[in-house]
Amino acid sequence: MKDIQELLNQQSFFKDMSPEMLNQIAGCGENQEFSPGEYLGKEGEPAHHFYIIRSGKVSVQINHPSKGAMTIWTLTPGEYGGFSWIIPPYRMQFDLKAQEHTSVVALDGKCLKKICDEDHHIGYIFMQQAAAIMVKRLHDTRIQLLDVYSTKH
Amino acid sequence: MFTAQNISPELTVEESSSDIWIPSPYVVADKHVENDDLVTFVYEPASEDILDPMQPGQFNMLYAFGIGEIPISVSSLISDHPRITHTIQNVGAVSKACCNMRVGDQIGLRGPFGTPWPVEDAKFKDVIIMAGGVGFAPLRPVVEFIEEYRDDYGEVNFLFGTRDPHSILFHQDVISLQSDPSVNFQITVDHSFSNWRGNVGVVTTLVEKAEFDPENTVAFVCGPEIMMRYGAYSLIDAGVDEENIFISMERNMKCAIGHCGHCQYGPLFVCKDGPVFLYPAIKNYLNIREL
Amino acid sequence: MSKSEVHKYRVSTEDLQQIFKALSSKDYQNIGPIQRDGAIMLEKIQSFDQLAAGFHEDLDKGVYRLSQKNDGSLFQYTVGPQSFKKYLYPPRRKLWAATKTGNGFNVEEGDQPPAKMAFWGIRSCEIRAIEILDRIFLRGEFSNKWYEKARQDLFIVAAGCTKPSGNCFCTSTQTGPAPKGGFDLSVVEVIDKKNYFILEIGSEKGQKLVNKIKLQPASPAEIQNADKLLAASEKKMSKRFDPEEAAKILMENPDHIHWNEVAKRCLSCANCTLVCPTCFCSSTEDITEITGDHTERWLRWDSCFNGDFSYIHGGQIRPTTKSRYRQWLTHKMSGWYDQFDSSGCVGCGRCITWCPVGIDLTEELLAMKS
Repeated sequence: MKDIQELLNQQSFFKDMSPEMLNQIAGCGENQEFSPGEYLGKEGEPAHHFYIIRSGKVSVQINHPSKGAMTIWTLTPGEYGGFSWIIPPYRMQFDLKAQEHTSVVALDGKCLKKICDEDHHIGYIFMQQAAAIMVKRLHDTRIQLLDVYSTKH
Repeated sequence: MFTAQNISPELTVEESSSDIWIPSPYVVADKHVENDDLVTFVYEPASEDILDPMQPGQFNMLYAFGIGEIPISVSSLISDHPRITHTIQNVGAVSKACCNMRVGDQIGLRGPFGTPWPVEDAKFKDVIIMAGGVGFAPLRPVVEFIEEYRDDYGEVNFLFGTRDPHSILFHQDVISLQSDPSVNFQITVDHSFSNWRGNVGVVTTLVEKAEFDPENTVAFVCGPEIMMRYGAYSLIDAGVDEENIFISMERNMKCAIGHCGHCQYGPLFVCKDGPVFLYPAIKNYLNIREL
Repeated sequence: MSKSEVHKYRVSTEDLQQIFKALSSKDYQNIGPIQRDGAIMLEKIQSFDQLAAGFHEDLDKGVYRLSQKNDGSLFQYTVGPQSFKKYLYPPRRKLWAATKTGNGFNVEEGDQPPAKMAFWGIRSCEIRAIEILDRIFLRGEFSNKWYEKARQDLFIVAAGCTKPSGNCFCTSTQTGPAPKGGFDLSVVEVIDKKNYFILEIGSEKGQKLVNKIKLQPASPAEIQNADKLLAASEKKMSKRFDPEEAAKILMENPDHIHWNEVAKRCLSCANCTLVCPTCFCSSTEDITEITGDHTERWLRWDSCFNGDFSYIHGGQIRPTTKSRYRQWLTHKMSGWYDQFDSSGCVGCGRCITWCPVGIDLTEELLAMKS
């Protein structure tokens, strides 16, 4: 447990949290390993975990009817995956698939939600950090949609 | 009587050399198709009429017989002067005519024009090269220069974002950069294919993967205007001093000598004040729409 | 010598005619104001009699009217639609041509600069405009050879402006109405029982030309008459703005709400840029024979109001009238200082006269200020 708390402490996401808060949150966490091709979660499933990527690479994918699994984003060490546990309807929006051998800290969504509901200060920090990341990804996604490198107009 | 109080209308002009409008004849010495719409050419002089040596970031006007002229940056300086390398994207009538040329065909060149990337000034500093799509081409001579004088630079990061795996250009360079331990080469695509195992996402996400001391870092950015804008923001957010960020602008150039007005960008002429600008010199204009 | 010692001469119309002949004999092509199509046009003339005599102009926003009096005057109009720019920097010029040869092509010379030219009746505002063109085409890293040659061989006979129109504002731009240098000869026309001119010599070239003509020194009273006319001219111009303040306001207000208001009126017709004596934007064109063996490169005037002007692969950078008008005005009155160390406006008022909807840039500047 101490190990996970230490890992959390190194992440910018948790920089505004006190050691007591981190200790509480670390209680929801465990280390997990995924082999290449293994799914961390699949679209439509209940959102069980919030992942912090420690090593390896995770593809965020959507299934295209004819093109198959399309990677729309990649998560590399230090990045976060799985925000659906914090927002209704608590269901995975994308597939998360390990592209390489990947190790993560997996924080249990239900456990986190309970802490956030009981201590709104922790909940606020979580929401603030999650919102910043989600807004950035939304923005980046819009830039991707602009297809700025395309020469066909 | 003619008096000293009157300003003399006698005109004194410095004698300039030949007519700047007349292109020098060059021929295609080598041709390499990069991808669907990009072709790299090496040209060599077809006469005694030789252009001055180019610097990274500068451009020439390329003339295709009967079609017209387009501005194209130098995309490699490895071929010894007087050979000239350009990578051309097939986007219009002139570029199409240029791309269709074969070895031995004649082209007209005027140049070199514009401001260079300040590669000498970046020595003894960490470097971030951020390229978007075909923006790789004007930055390629920077990479070549740094690799030649590698010991004179600190950490060197090359962050390359492109549309999709098919749009990657300079494959040989990409392969050698990926295996070069002295360069932190990162690549990402906006749109992936199922067999793509690299990063997916916008180029600005690669800044987090760069290794540099923000206090002592020079950044060279080239790509679509919107990518350069967000690229500059992401570098500044990461602590890079805006006085050390250089951007290469693209505008429609007709004369390349500041006489035709086409490439004006606020009070600047991209052809002669640029194309390489210090970010603070243009940052206010980047946010004026339809400028 | 002090300024009071500048020698001035009283010359008659006949004396001017002699100067005209002297220029012709020295192989100058005389170019001056003639009446054509109901307007004062600047044309090549072979004889002094071709100059438009007795013509007066009535100018207002979007209004140009020409009338004729029997006063024998030569320079009592204001400024016609054209500027002398077209002779130094022609609207169309063949840069070069090329003929196909196997895999390549041979380049042949284009249009050659004209023979020596003498401009007649040029106003102070336009002398300043030529000096502005000099800075663009001659003072940078690259020189326009054609312009250079035409300019070096130029002889300027200026006319002090005693008939400013309601559209003029050279007092604000400090470019007139009295010619202050930049000419070889300058005259102020005094309308009297018998019209006369107060002649000033502005250069060695001017002095040489009149050496063989017997000139009668002007009397103090005659000089005073001419000075009074020029002073009255200044008073007639009611438009006022501070060019340096305008430059600042424009550069700081690219998103001013008023640009939308101008854009509602502006037709993006490019008239203002075509009549402007300093607008210098150009484009190149390739004209190829149907066989594809011979091609020509032409340089022609372009305008920032044209849609294609800002075209870059993918589209136009300035697709709206708002952005084009803003480009024109901001460039002329503001960016020009950064580029060429002066304003691009000389206060001739042509853009106001020839705007089909009567947009007055001085009013737009005032609106932008509030």
